[in-house]
Parts: sequence; C-alpha cells; structure tokens
Amino acid sequence: MNQQINPEPPSESQAQAAPDTMKKYKKSSPLVRWTKLLLRSKTGTVGLLIVLTVFIVGIFADQLAPFGVNEQNYANMLAPPAWQEGGTSEHILGTDNLGRDILSRIIYGTTISLLVGIFSVVVAGILGMGAGLFSGYYGGWVDTVTMRMVDAFLSIPNILFILVILAVLNPGIMTLIFAIGVTNWVIYARLIRGEVLSVKEREYVKAAKSIGTKNLTIIRRHILPNVFSTFIVISTLSVATTIILEASLSFLGMGVQPPDVSWGYMLSDGRDYLATNWWLATFPGLAITITVLGIIFLGDWLRDVLDPRSQGR
Amino acid sequence: MNKAKTAVKPTQQSKSKSPLLELKNVKKHFDVTEGWFTKEREYLRAVDGLNFTVKKGETLGIVGESGCGKSTTGNLIVRLLDPTEGEIIFEGEDLTKLEGEKLRQKRRDIQMIFQDPFSSLNPRMRVFELIAEPLRTHQTHKGEDLKKRVYELMDTVGLNEEMAQRFPHEFSGGQRQRIGIARALALNPKLIVCDEPVSALDVSIQSQILNLLQRLQKELELTLVFIAHGLPAVKHISDRIAVMYLGKVVELTTREKLFANPMHPYTEGLLSAVPVPDPEVRESRERVVLKGDIPSPVNPPSGCSFHTRCPFADEKCKQEVPEFRELKPDHFVSCHYPLESGKGTLQNN
Repeated sequence: MNQQINPEPPSESQAQAAPDTMKKYKKSSPLVRWTKLLLRSKTGTVGLLIVLTVFIVGIFADQLAPFGVNEQNYANMLAPPAWQEGGTSEHILGTDNLGRDILSRIIYGTTISLLVGIFSVVVAGILGMGAGLFSGYYGGWVDTVTMRMVDAFLSIPNILFILVILAVLNPGIMTLIFAIGVTNWVIYARLIRGEVLSVKEREYVKAAKSIGTKNLTIIRRHILPNVFSTFIVISTLSVATTIILEASLSFLGMGVQPPDVSWGYMLSDGRDYLATNWWLATFPGLAITITVLGIIFLGDWLRDVLDPRSQGR
Repeated sequence: MNKAKTAVKPTQQSKSKSPLLELKNVKKHFDVTEGWFTKEREYLRAVDGLNFTVKKGETLGIVGESGCGKSTTGNLIVRLLDPTEGEIIFEGEDLTKLEGEKLRQKRRDIQMIFQDPFSSLNPRMRVFELIAEPLRTHQTHKGEDLKKRVYELMDTVGLNEEMAQRFPHEFSGGQRQRIGIARALALNPKLIVCDEPVSALDVSIQSQILNLLQRLQKELELTLVFIAHGLPAVKHISDRIAVMYLGKVVELTTREKLFANPMHPYTEGLLSAVPVPDPEVRESRERVVLKGDIPSPVNPPSGCSFHTRCPFADEKCKQEVPEFRELKPDHFVSCHYPLESGKGTLQNN
C-alpha cells in the first residue's frame, strides 16, 4: 500500500547524530535546498538577480557612480543619452537641466528609494499583519475596535495624512518610512483579517484547539503560515506603490530633501522637461519599473516555494 | 502492542460501571436572528436537551440525518463549542465549568478525529510535526523521546517511518485519516470523539479505517463516541447506538437490540433505508418509508418532534413531548407509542 519515492538521501550530520532508527528523520541543509528550489524557477532566478543587482548598486553607489550626485556641468546641460544625436559617451544617460549626470543620480537614488520602498512596507506589514491576525482570530471587541480604527484611517486621504505627519516631524528618510508605514498598515490589516477569518474555520485549527494548543501558538503555527502567501503578494506589490508614493511626496516637497536624491524625486523633477527632454524622467522611471518587477518576481517565487504543495514540481 | 507509557496521571481507580461521560440536558442554541434591530430573536436549536452516558471502554455510536445535531454534540463534548445549557460531566467533573489552563489540561483526555482528512491537517506542516503537536503542546515528550513516541504512533496506525518528513498533500485520504488518528492518540486520551471519520473516504478505505479504530480501541482500551450519518458504519463498531432526530436522542440501546428490535418509528425508518443485497429479502421485507424532510430546527414541531413524519402519529404526539425513558432494560426510547417487535405494531393502545 505504501509505495514511495525516497526524495533525498539523509544528510550525514543528521545520520551520525541519531541512532539508526532515527536515520529517516532527515533534512538537507536549508541553503542547498533553497538554492535548488530557486534554480528550478526561471522567474525566481531573474527576480533574485535583479534585486541583488539593485542592492549592490545601492550599497556601492559611491564607487559605481561616475560623477558626484550634485556635480554640475554647465557646459553640458540637458545633454541627450549617448546614442542620440548630440549625446556624449561621458554621460551615457544624458544630463539634466543643471548638467548633472543622470546615471550617477540614478545610482545614488537607489539607496533611498530602496530604503523607503522596502522599510515602509516592512513597517506597514508588521503593523497590519499583527492587527489583522489578532482582530481576525479573536474577533469580538478586539475585531470591532481594530476594524473601526482601520475605517477611520481609510477615511482620511492617504497623502494628506502623510503630509501632516511629515510636517509635524520634519521631513527626512526615517520620518518618511514611519509616515508611510503608519498610514499603509490598514491595507494589510484588512486583507489579513479576511484571510484569517477563512483560515480559522478550517478543521486543523479546530483540531489544534481541541488538542489544547494555546491561542498564540495556533496563530503562529497554523494561521500565520497559511495567510503568509497573501501577505507576500500584497507586500511585493506595495513596494512599487510606495516608491511612487515617495515620488509624489518629493514632488510636493515633503519627501526626500536635496541634496539627497531618490528616483521619485528625479521623476518629478524631470516632469517639466518631459515634452522636450524625455530622458530626464524616463530613466528613473525605468529604474523603478525594473526594480519593482524584480521584487514581484521574487515575491511570486517565494509564495510558490512557501507552499509545500508546489514543491517537487 | 504495548500500551505506550506517558506522563498521563493515573486514573482514580475507576468503578467498572461508572460512566466516563455523562450529558445532562445539554442544549446548544445558535442565534440566527437577522438584522440588528429585530426584536424577536430566533434560535436554531442544534442540540435540544441531550441526556446520555458513555461507559468506560465502550463505543457509543451516534447516528442521524444531516442537521440533526450530531456533529454539534461532538463539538460540545470536546468543548469546541460551549453549551447554552446543561452539564457535561467527565470523570465526575463538569466540563462546561472549566476555563483557561484547567480546560487546556483537561483537553488531553478528550481528543477528536475529524470528518474531512483533507482539511483537518495543516497543509504546511510535515507529518512528524502534525503528530508531535499534541506532545509538544503538553510537553510530555522531548528530544529523542519525542521522536520515539511519534514513530511509535505512526507504527500503531500503520504508517511508515519514512513518511514522517512528508506533507499531508502527498497522502491519500485513508492515510491522512491515519495521521489524524495518530494525532488523536498521541496523548493517550481517555475518550475519543470520532466525527464521521470515514464518511469522506472511499468505501474500500472505510472498512480499513473502521478496523483500525476497532483494533486500537481493544488494544488501548479506548472509549469512543462514534458519530456517523448512516447505520451501517456504526453497526460495525458500536456497542451501543444513540439515534438522534432534530437535536434530541430518540432511541438509545445496544447494537443488537437496536437492529433486532427498534422501538422508535424513526429508527425503524432508518433501518429500512439500509440497502439489502439479497433481492428476495429485499422484496419480502416491510419498508417504513419516511415522508418529507427533516423540519427546520429553527422552528421545530410541537409535541414529539417526529410527529410530522411519523406514520403512527396522533393528537397526543402533536401536543405532548414524549419523555426519554427506559422502557426495557438498557433500552431508552422517547415515543408515546413505541414499536413492539419492529413490525410496526403498537405496544399499547
């Protein structure tokens, strides 16, 4: 009755440590397993490559950028990209209205865009996840209070709310992350709560209760892993919207403050020149697109990998 | 198989006849009122006054149509639901009064096997973790000891040790149900509530699981409450059978008496609905065909709740609620006109 395929040989360290009856309790090292899983998926590999590249660019911006972030070259203002007529190989992606090298600015902008994009999603995600899990699982007044709070947050225009926070706390990267985080958590809270409501009615949650598992353990062991894929999907998509949100805030003068630069800032800066000098806004926009795409690919793969049913495929 | 030794506290020397579990007038009503401002509240009487006992070491089968409250009964016993009214006495202690940590400790002794083996196992946990969960929760085993116990349990229910690191989706329904059984056995419970454990399985697998449960019951001296919607499944395994109708037990007796001599017309109806393979017997037997559907538990009929479908009902049945009484030794019926010999004759009047 029990035919089976032996998936992987027992790893040596485990087999040594355990007596022979325990030999079958094996796990290959996580690093090897994850690499294998990653290489199996093309999208995942591409996503990881993009994200890694962007990270490396962000970390080594100083070394990689050919020009300084605010180095102006008045002799070469609004120079087009190198392959266009009038472009120079010195400024591959051209220069902006003050003669600053666009490529260098994109490289410098990576750090801040990534920091804001990822960390505000992390802040919002943690807050929203916690609120969603507890309000969905416990229900009753916990749920009512949390959800009315969510309603209140949703009724205030997002950007106005962030502007108020930024105005009170002085603009800067940390305040930006904080402001976006505390306003965006409601999206996660709502979605996660909905998922929890459906997961908590499954029989395995009932089974855990009847065993006597504590509520917090049930949330951690049974609810969280089963709502996590939803979370991954919305949070990777949110990284994109957050980078754009940061752009709008920069445009309104409350985001990143010069001399710092971010992709969003560049985007809004180049808006005035869009009709005549397309490259000012296009390249930072491309940078956002590619990064977001990479994160979405990676998130997509992560969601699949976290689902045991898709393993072995 | 040697009975697994665990840190379960020794039972107080149980008197052989004393019931392990006793339900006293247990009711569970769900509020189904629609709208916030409705004055009249409506209640769904899922379970409406249950009185029965489960003796140590026996298997009590509970049968009834869908919607008769048998699953609610199971959930009430394991305290997944809180009763609206009544007492559930387990080893002399009222379970309904237990709260918090005390209740958590008590849950060790009462475990449940669920109906759907596809949703009762967390798809993200490996078999080992699934079976180890109760042991970890109550910290009865650790380290090597834990591994040994899990493998022992897997062996008991007929699973290979190699399967420990696999996920539930890699198993068939029958094997999944075995995992569920191993999990229920892990803490050496005194009572296991089986909520239709075979109804989601193929017929060929059903008997395997039933045999397994029966074997385990003998070997581990378990007490089982076995819930099913048809008589064939419970016939195989039960010592006594309770027939439920609309949230109430209408007949409770030993398996032999129930099949040989049912006294409630509803039981008779259920019995004659069981298919008979022999065409000659099938032709000759008298069938009591129940007409109509089970009435809504939101608005149950007056008097005897079965009178709307009973072929023998009269005015008395419409007005008076029949008492659940012991008509013959070990044979409880709630009917004004109980059947005499399963032939549809009236006993009195």
